[in-house]
Parts: sequence; structure tokens; C-alpha cells
Amino acid sequence: MILRPNTEDIKVIGYYLGKVILGLGLAMLLPLVIGLAFKELNPILDFVIGCEISCVVGLLLTKICFTEKDLNWMQGMIVVSLSWLVATILGAIPLYLSGHWNSYLDACFDAMSGFATTGLTLVQDLDHLSYAHNFWRHLIMFIGGQGIVIVALSFFVKGISGAFKMYVGEARDERILPNVVNTSRFIWLVSIIYLILGTSALGIAGMLNGMRWVSAFFHGSCIFMAAFDTGGFAPQSQNILYYHSLPFELITVIIMILGALNFKLHYHIWTGNRREIMKNIETVTLFITVTLLFWITAIGLQQLGVYSGALALFRKGFYQFISAHTGTGYQTIYARQFLHEWSQLALMGIVVAMSLGGAVCSTTGAIKMLRIGLVFKALTQDIKRIILPEKAIVVRKFHHVKDCFLEDPQVRSALIITLAYLVLYALGALIGMLFGYPFLPSLFESTSAAANVGLSCGITNTAMPQALKVTYILQMWAGRLEFISVFTILGFFIALIKGKP
Amino acid sequence: MKPKPDLLNYAYCRMVILVFLIVTFMPLVSCAQGITSEELINNAVLYDGKQVVYEGEVIGEVMYRRDYAWVNLNDGSNAIGIWLGKDLASAIAYTGNYKAQGDWLEITGIFHRACSQHGGDLDIHARVIRKMNSGRQVKERLNTAKLNFVFVLLGVLCLALILRLLKNK
Repeated sequence: MILRPNTEDIKVIGYYLGKVILGLGLAMLLPLVIGLAFKELNPILDFVIGCEISCVVGLLLTKICFTEKDLNWMQGMIVVSLSWLVATILGAIPLYLSGHWNSYLDACFDAMSGFATTGLTLVQDLDHLSYAHNFWRHLIMFIGGQGIVIVALSFFVKGISGAFKMYVGEARDERILPNVVNTSRFIWLVSIIYLILGTSALGIAGMLNGMRWVSAFFHGSCIFMAAFDTGGFAPQSQNILYYHSLPFELITVIIMILGALNFKLHYHIWTGNRREIMKNIETVTLFITVTLLFWITAIGLQQLGVYSGALALFRKGFYQFISAHTGTGYQTIYARQFLHEWSQLALMGIVVAMSLGGAVCSTTGAIKMLRIGLVFKALTQDIKRIILPEKAIVVRKFHHVKDCFLEDPQVRSALIITLAYLVLYALGALIGMLFGYPFLPSLFESTSAAANVGLSCGITNTAMPQALKVTYILQMWAGRLEFISVFTILGFFIALIKGKP
Repeated sequence: MKPKPDLLNYAYCRMVILVFLIVTFMPLVSCAQGITSEELINNAVLYDGKQVVYEGEVIGEVMYRRDYAWVNLNDGSNAIGIWLGKDLASAIAYTGNYKAQGDWLEITGIFHRACSQHGGDLDIHARVIRKMNSGRQVKERLNTAKLNFVFVLLGVLCLALILRLLKNK
């Protein structure tokens, strides 16, 4: 029997949703400061409007739905999934007001792409966009990468037990520290320290590239936010190709890899346990998949002789590959070069890399290394069991921070999520094909959206069908939240309609 | 009796063949007329190593590298990196950004699909540049409709704050 959610459920959801929206409104003050610093009049107004609307909605929700009750699992999941949708709609306001997006849907597409750290974009004339709007595009990637709700948890929520439910809802089921609020604060601490280091490195590289120091450090901070949170936005329309710089590309590769590692692993490295990086199932799996898939991609590129020389193969082949595998989406080639110049084998290497992603509890999307590792371990153990004598006992273990026994529920859960991702990739590809796009480009773009990567082979542009834009928005949303909270909200609406009071 | 060769037809055929060859293979030799970024990116293999004429707005900034410089020229569809001598780059006065319209340049140079000198970049090594239009600073006008909306929303926000304070009391 399905029970219809009661008023109290809706009040709790509304109250916490209001808090997240208030947080978003306050976040808009940062680009406003950038606008003031660069004396950009109209962008300042855009952010004041966005901030005011968010604060009004947030204040009204927290007032109307005021409650002192804590969240249960269902409410926590719904708060998370609704937060991402509402943040997209509100976060798109300043973007749309800038006049650089052709429609509000296009602005929402970019806002969702930003929050979900995807990197697909429909912006027009990016090279003339204001500093304030550009900063906002990258800031929403930073916020989204940390998790919108984690931001609220860190700054606006004081030690509620329901916090863990929202934390899990944002596809982060691993606590680094015993308290989930402290965990989110640790994630922020790691990110801020890397932000300072990464921005400095990119800023200095930018100055050595011949950029003025102001723009070098502005670009540095933007690129860091998008690279560490495996997003993929860049301040210029050519993406990373704009800089024509090997040092810049090398630094972004390091940042992308750092962003693809588990925050728990960062914690262990920071606390002196450096051997963990060699033993952890995720890093081992990442190393194996990177080696294998890049080998496939390189063979594909060699087939057509796309790049002559090791340096070109690294800067074009490996760069797009690692950008795909870490789910970042930075490009040093034009989108259409994928289709015009790369072989189908090389493209498949990129598509598979995109579909796998980085570590759990990182900023990447997609299936993720822990699940791939667990499924592979389970498969090898099952084969061993068949080969070995019947009386032999096969101990199934893996190392993830500590030695753990591999249990069937873990493998089942990993397989379910893997399957859900594969279905999501296929569905998007199918819809793309329904609109007349060929199979491989449709699969490429769909995987890129659902795995929150952001590489494009040219399908994503403002002229593509509206329904396909909506499809990609939903894919980015479901892919980022790893389905559970999305399924919960669907169940919630079914219960609202069909449930018994 | 053998028919007499028709000289007129010979000449006609030769001319047709010549025109055909020129039309077909001209892009392989050079492209004296302006070419768009779309054409270059979509037919990069065809134009690789050939002289092209490309024009667009200088965007971002001029990035000097010793005796050379990188500029990125956007023709409205895409921006393409141009590698040019420092002396040529010094002619650029405005670069496009939020507050400026960049100089509109026409450059003649060699197009590379995957430049071996620059790690596989798709670029053009400029030999000649010509300033077609000088850029300018863009004066930003305050949007009064937005300003009015800001004040209306400010009133609504104050009301919402008052409501919240009343609730707390």
C-alpha cells in the first residue's frame, strides 16, 4: 500500500529546500563582487536580480514551511533532487539576463551543465561575456562539484542527523570523518587549499604565456574551479585550445586527476598514508582502465595517422582522453574534429572512458571506479570458484582504505547502478537518433551528458531540438545524483497521486 | 578518309579540362579568397599546409611568446589561433572582450590541421596581416528596465524579511 505524503512531509521538504535556495542566493553575491571590481554595470544588476529572487523564494519557503522536525530518508532524497532542479532554474536567471543565451531553456541547460559539472554549453558569443557572468559559470561548477546541499550543510545547517540523508542523496555515500557536517567541511578545506595552489600555478603559467596578470589569475581561478570539479567550462570559446600552451595543459591534467580521486583518498594522503594510493581498488582500477583505453584510443588515432609525433599524440590524444575519463570535458581540439578526423575506434575509446568516470566520493560522474573494480573482482572470484576444486574456499577481499570482504549486496548494488547508467546512455543515444543524428555521435553526446563529462562532437548547439536539450538536462541531473534520489522523487509524485491518505 | 581533327573542339575540351582542374584543385594549392572557420575545421585535411586567407575579430588578448605571439581570431562561428611575428602583432590595438570590440583582421598564412611545431594545434601561421576595421571600447549603457526591476524586487524582499521577523517574534 502506498501512503500519500502528508502536509508535514511537504513542510519539511519545503523548509530545507528554502535553506538551500537561500544559500544559492547568497552565492550570487560573489560574482556581484567580481562585477563591482571590473565595473560591469548591467551584470551587477543581473546578479542583484538573481540574488533577490532567490532570497525571496528562500525566505518565503522557510517561513511558510517552518518546522523543527528532522529529515527522514525519503524527505532527504527529495530535498536533494528538488534542490538541483530549483538551483538550475534560479541559477539560470543571471545567465539569461546577460543576453548571451538564446532562450531561458538554453540558460537552464548551461546552469544544469554547470551544477552537474558537465560542461556542455549553449552560450553565444562567449568571448564577449562579462567577467561576472563568466565567474558565475565556473562558480556553479565549483558549488555543484562539492554538492549543492553540502554547501548548505557546511554553512547553514548545524549538526542535524538528517544531514547524512541529503549527503547520500548527492551521490556521496562515504563519510571521511565521523560527522557528516565535518566531512563536508573537510571537502571544502581540501578544495580551498587546492584552489589556492591550482589558481597560483595556472596564473603563473598564464603570465608566462603572455597574459596580463589580472586575466591570467582570473582565468586560472576559473579553469581551476572547472578542472578540479571535473566540469569543463572555460572562459573563452576555444576552451583550453585558447591558451596554446603545454604547461597550461599539463597543470590542468594534474588538476583533473586530483578531482577524479576520492576525497577519502585525499584525506589519507594528507594524513601521511601515501601507500594507500598504490593499494586502493579505485586507483588500481583507474590505472588499468586508463592504460587499456588510452592504448585503444592511440591505436585508433594511429590507424588514420591523425597526429604525427608523441607530443601531438599527448596534447591532443591523451588530453581529450584523460579529460573524458576524469569526466572533465576540457578540449584542445574543435568538437567537429572528433567526427571529421578521429577514427571510430578512437571515438569508442573516448566513449568508454567517459562512461566509466573517476572515483566515488569525488567530483566526477559516471559509473565510477569502485563499482567497476567490485564487479571485476566478483567476476574473477566466480571464475576462480569454478576452476578450483569444489572444497576450496575462495576468500573475496578488496582494499578500499581498509581491507574489506566482498559481499553479494555490494556487488548487486554496483551492478544495478552500472546497469542504470548504461540504460541512461543508451536512452539518450536513442533519442538523439530519433532526431536524425547518426549512432556514434548520438552515443558520444548522450554519454557525455549522462556521465557529466562535457566533451562534444558537435551535436550540442543552440540549434539542436528543444526536446534533445531537455533530454540532456534530465540526463545530467540523473547522472549526477546517481539515480536514487531521482527515483525517490518519481515515487513521491506517484504517491501524491495514487497514495492513500 | 580520316576525318579532319576539329581544332575548335580540341581547344574547347582543353579549356573545360583546365577549368575543371582549377576548380577541383585550387583549394589544394591555396585559397586566395577569404575562408571561414567552419570550412577550415570541417575540411582541415583538405586545407592542411596550404596558404589561406582568413579574417576575424581579435578576441581575448595578444599572448607574446619571445619573438612571436598568439592571437585568436573569431569570425563569428569559431575562433582560430594565429601564430605571428611580434612585429605583426604590434599592429593590434584592440582585443575583443566584454568592454571592447577587437580589431578585425585579415590574415594570409599557412593553415595547419595539426601543427607539428605547436603540439598538434589547428592553427594558421600568418605571413601578412591587414587591419580591416579598427576595434573600439564599448560604452556600457545602464539598463533602466533592469534597474527598476531591482527596486521592485528589493521591496518584495523587504516584505519577505519583515514577514520572517514577525514569525520569529
